[in-house]
Amino acid sequence: MKALRNFVDKIKPNFEEGGKLAMFHSTFEAFETFLFVPNKVTDKGSHIRDAMDMKRTMIIVVMALVPALLFGMWNVGYQNALSTGADTEFWSLFFFGFLKVFPIIVVSYVVGLGIEFAFAQVRKHEVNEGYLVTGMLIPLIVPVDIPLWMVALAVAFTVIIGKEVFGGTGMNIFNPALIARAFLFFAYPSHMSGDYVWVAGLSKGEGIVDGFSGATPLANAAAYQIDKIPTALEMFIGTIPGSVGETSTLAILLGAFILIFTGIGSWKIILSTVIGGLSMGLIFNAFAVNPFMEIPAWHHLIMGGFAFGAVFMATDPVTASQTEKGKWIYGFLIGVFAVLVRVFNPAYPEGMMLSILLMNAFAPLIDHYIIEANISKRKKRAAKAAKIS
Amino acid sequence: MQKTYRIRKGLNIPMKGEAEKVFTRADQAEAYAVKPIDFAGLTPKLSVKEGDKVKAGESLFFDKYRPHIHFTSPVSGEVVSVVRGEKRKLLEVVVKPDANQEYVEFGKANPKELSREQVVEKLTQSGVWPAIKQRPYAIVANPEHTPKAIFISGFDTAPLSPDIDFAVKEEAEAFQAGIDALSKLTSGKIHLNLNPDFPSSSVFSKAKGVQYNYFSGLHPAGNVGIQIHHIDPINKGDIVWTINPLEVIIMGRLFLKGVYDATKVIALAGSEVQKPRYFILKSGASIANIVSENLTQPAENLRFISGNVLTGTRIAANGFLGYYDNMVTVIPEGNHYEMFGWALPGFGKFSVSRSFFSWLMPGRKFKLHTNYNGGERAYVVTGQYEKVLPMNIYPVHLIKAILAKDIDKMENLGIYEIAEEDMALCEYVCTSKTEVQAIVREGIELMVKELG
Repeated sequence: MKALRNFVDKIKPNFEEGGKLAMFHSTFEAFETFLFVPNKVTDKGSHIRDAMDMKRTMIIVVMALVPALLFGMWNVGYQNALSTGADTEFWSLFFFGFLKVFPIIVVSYVVGLGIEFAFAQVRKHEVNEGYLVTGMLIPLIVPVDIPLWMVALAVAFTVIIGKEVFGGTGMNIFNPALIARAFLFFAYPSHMSGDYVWVAGLSKGEGIVDGFSGATPLANAAAYQIDKIPTALEMFIGTIPGSVGETSTLAILLGAFILIFTGIGSWKIILSTVIGGLSMGLIFNAFAVNPFMEIPAWHHLIMGGFAFGAVFMATDPVTASQTEKGKWIYGFLIGVFAVLVRVFNPAYPEGMMLSILLMNAFAPLIDHYIIEANISKRKKRAAKAAKIS
Repeated sequence: MQKTYRIRKGLNIPMKGEAEKVFTRADQAEAYAVKPIDFAGLTPKLSVKEGDKVKAGESLFFDKYRPHIHFTSPVSGEVVSVVRGEKRKLLEVVVKPDANQEYVEFGKANPKELSREQVVEKLTQSGVWPAIKQRPYAIVANPEHTPKAIFISGFDTAPLSPDIDFAVKEEAEAFQAGIDALSKLTSGKIHLNLNPDFPSSSVFSKAKGVQYNYFSGLHPAGNVGIQIHHIDPINKGDIVWTINPLEVIIMGRLFLKGVYDATKVIALAGSEVQKPRYFILKSGASIANIVSENLTQPAENLRFISGNVLTGTRIAANGFLGYYDNMVTVIPEGNHYEMFGWALPGFGKFSVSRSFFSWLMPGRKFKLHTNYNGGERAYVVTGQYEKVLPMNIYPVHLIKAILAKDIDKMENLGIYEIAEEDMALCEYVCTSKTEVQAIVREGIELMVKELG
């Protein structure tokens, strides 16, 4: 450790103002702070600071994603095995999925971080850690058969148009990972929807077992094929076709537990999203006129990307409502709209993505009214006090 | 049944090195200083020069814009140095004490029998006046105002803070005289805010002419700003005053003994003090003799703070106790690198979040140092500040209004109710390592400049 520190100190002057490699200052800084927490001390204000920093925050979120990621890898193998009738030994399934998913992760991180580093350098900023999470989220919300060049294109789009044009991490309006997914969804719909993209190899159509359907439960429901929807237990465990990381509600719950326990994810948003989804589902049940409206309200929570979106997407603090009261409204409406879009718009079976992006746009408005209420309360108090005296 | 305000939002930071309840009378210090930088927004003008002889209670400098407010020497002796910083900003006026202490005679008096003008004159001449702070803005009060009320917090909840009940225990008479003097200054009530969780000192519980309020809960429950917010929040145009109990006692002595006797009981605390305990000394004393031979490490590895770790001022190992401060904290400096610090389990790291495994050990006390523990970033995490600010205020929005220099918005979002100490915990917990207190003070200075 000492030797490494000495080495870093030795090469450091090259990267500082006037050094030979000053153009890579941000890059050097990013790697240095990755290796070592800096020795910077407080001067004025609070002399002590909490041990928590942005790196820790982001790494905890990435850790919370790991259960969904690992399950997703296994499930990629499992779905493929179901479709081809191949061997279902645990490690071979996992390894098959790993080989499919890992390249997507690599592409997502390399392209995304490359652009982030370049922007940080041009702006003479420090490299922000936000992309560590975004870069992990994107592979988890795309179909496994997506071509890698599409991933690269979507990542470039989301980092530049979704984030950097607004000023970088902390300034963006829309959830970057969902921007990437929305980009793919509208630019390459044939690779993002339908019944063939969710299972590895299915779109090629070679060696598929007769009668195997790669449709997601949501697609089944939208087609009113209620009898084809997997059992609730299967949907909860996640042995169903779908985007890589979204299928297992169980794995997502593990992640939710990590986020809530550490205090990093807002339990208010998660809970209110669930309440919103259930409420809308119950309303549909009450006025059901078609089979999709009749499915039990709570099934919406374990179908498609609802759980994944509620836990990992809606809770993104930058794009969510920033006030505590606002978080309740924001989450609730996400749940409501997600189920609404699912059931009433068969063109978009996954309502969660659109619902969250929609509420991202409305979050500042929600906050505005909450803040105005606080202001008018303060003004009223002053007016009342003035009357008495 | 008394009404108790329960403060649920906040944070008690469990630190090592609490002061043991033992009094030690400190020897006379090598030097004493009054520091104009202790008084926010003050433009000082010197009334002495190096080499002058002064008595205790004699003016060292005064407020340029309110020349009758004097800042006086706590001891008699020789002015040995006038320390200036950048742009000739006056930092310290240092007095070397004589062996025999002489005091300026202000005359004994019963404050109850004096007029308001006489009380004000005594306080401003003797150097006791600056102890009274005005809210909004937390600046030295203006004698021409008549405050709506005066608030005194009878307890301190900051990390390692001294037990005020213990610090005042032999001063009942002086405390009462101070209260009597204060009662001349306001048309309203004098609020004395106590913590019902512990039996209060009889100095407080038997005081006459005060309104009691009770606050319990987490820090910052002991901050007078938080208490005002809950008892009678400050509206635009309101003026209230605040003073801490140790200063009330010094004020009382001025009337009982007729002299400026700035003796107070302070706590010396922190993980790097061998024997943390209480000292009796005079305001402005150099800390050199109380910390020497009492440290666990060489002084260059340590941070000396006049005040508590959240709001105090960084001073040198032979620096001076601040005017308002009632404790000195010594903690280790954090000027070292830590390999993969952000990724380690962190059993020994305290965090308000549970992202370090220190949550496995509730009740444990920590040795905290001055490292930032990370780099400055844009705001990402939300809802953190709200958890440690027990006020009906949106802190992040207020901070952003200050950064945008939007006066209307600052006013609307409650800048009158806030002082930097009230938001010190926000700065502590901030994941983005924002300098919250400096920003709040900037906002207050802007308000003072624009609105007067």
